Amino acid sequence: MTNRPMLEIVALEKRFGTNTILKGIDLKVSEGELVFVIGPSGSGKSTMLRCCNRLEEPSGGDIIVNGRNIMSGTTADLNRMRLQVGMVFQGFHLYPHMTVLDNVTLAQRKALKRSRPEADARAMDMLENVGLAHKAKAYPSELSGGQQQRVAIARALALDPKVMLFDEPTSALDPELVGSVLKVMKDLRDKGMTMLVVSHEMGFARETADRVVFMDGGVIVEEGTPDEIFGAPKAERTRAFLARVKN
Amino acid sequence: MQTLLDQFFNISIMIKTMPLMLKGLVMTLKLCAAVILLGLAGGLLVALGNLSPRKWLRLPCIVFTDIFRALPPLVLLIFIYSGLPFAGVEISPFTAVVLAFFLNNSSYYAEVYRAGILSVPKGQLEAARSTGLSKAQALVHVVLPQAVRNVLPDLLSNTIEVVKLTSLASAVSFAELLYSANMARSVTYNASPLVLAALIYLVLLWPLVRLVSRFQRRLAA
Repeated sequence: MTNRPMLEIVALEKRFGTNTILKGIDLKVSEGELVFVIGPSGSGKSTMLRCCNRLEEPSGGDIIVNGRNIMSGTTADLNRMRLQVGMVFQGFHLYPHMTVLDNVTLAQRKALKRSRPEADARAMDMLENVGLAHKAKAYPSELSGGQQQRVAIARALALDPKVMLFDEPTSALDPELVGSVLKVMKDLRDKGMTMLVVSHEMGFARETADRVVFMDGGVIVEEGTPDEIFGAPKAERTRAFLARVKN
Repeated sequence: MQTLLDQFFNISIMIKTMPLMLKGLVMTLKLCAAVILLGLAGGLLVALGNLSPRKWLRLPCIVFTDIFRALPPLVLLIFIYSGLPFAGVEISPFTAVVLAFFLNNSSYYAEVYRAGILSVPKGQLEAARSTGLSKAQALVHVVLPQAVRNVLPDLLSNTIEVVKLTSLASAVSFAELLYSANMARSVTYNASPLVLAALIYLVLLWPLVRLVSRFQRRLAA
């Protein structure tokens, strides 16, 4: 981990009508850092994550990826920026009409303009990393949820992103399948990927996170090392939340 | 019994009028090809317009689909075929018929596509966009293949309707299959050419109707 910020969220605001979801979020993720975001549902953590690649359009503030502000620029700039920010969704969202291999090569070919052999080779490497090279010719419906999520991770990684966003990546999985996905995420962290993770896997956060951020009511209530947040939370709201989660 | 056979299933008359009937069939097929291709393409564009976040694009598309689904196709046909020349608009009979049926049918195709696109979960588009695909690329490679697959029986049903619809062109003396058959009937004083036309429509459409049923049963299963 270096101190160079790879992802900077500056004074981020998001309103839906009169409802304010994010009330001025500031967060820096350094190169190679794994930042974990926890908080009750409705606290705005997923919305914040989705603003980082503008799947959700921020109402105010700036998002700076690898030194470049993504709030300015053309649509083409936005598409290029999204290649640098990989995203993994709670619901996997693999393309059901394509094989696993095509799922992982589509954006490589169409957005990165890689040739078919080049994209295939890269995809097979990525599938190898997540332990699913043997499923390249299968369709998503033939895979378990955990396998689908690992393919989704491979799909994002194949584009050589600078940052990976994880939006509750294990929440839709049966308990026995969670481990395989978490292992892939841990491998990724060990290879130095910059990661921003929204998740309820507190044990995983404790073990792997460099920093934990607690959000509630559209603001960051407190942040610190896993030991600080889980061991000695300062804010009353953090303590209350962690007490609820433990039970 | 003999009268019945002579009047409706007179083979020699059927054979005699066959060249005329085939000419009519070719015209019907040409008409179908033009209307179906234009309808599939135009309907898709209108559907995309219908779903656009831009109001200036969405409103005209909604008005288009509403008007042309409400207007009886025969009224539209006669107006374009016989009415427009009064305004000094000169188009060939073929163009006039195609235009009328295209306006009617693309609005139906548009509604089918729209239902199909809406049936694709929003996450699919988001996943595609999150990997840097443009909106158009995401539509072409991710959303539309799934949308079309989901509404294939309806697209096919609508296509069957188009084929049947083209027989209305006989009302403006356009020499397609039904008009040719009716012509042959009046020349021969015999109804067999009409029966032949009906049989041709049946042979043309029955397999498609069966196919739709099978799709629907498979989707329901």
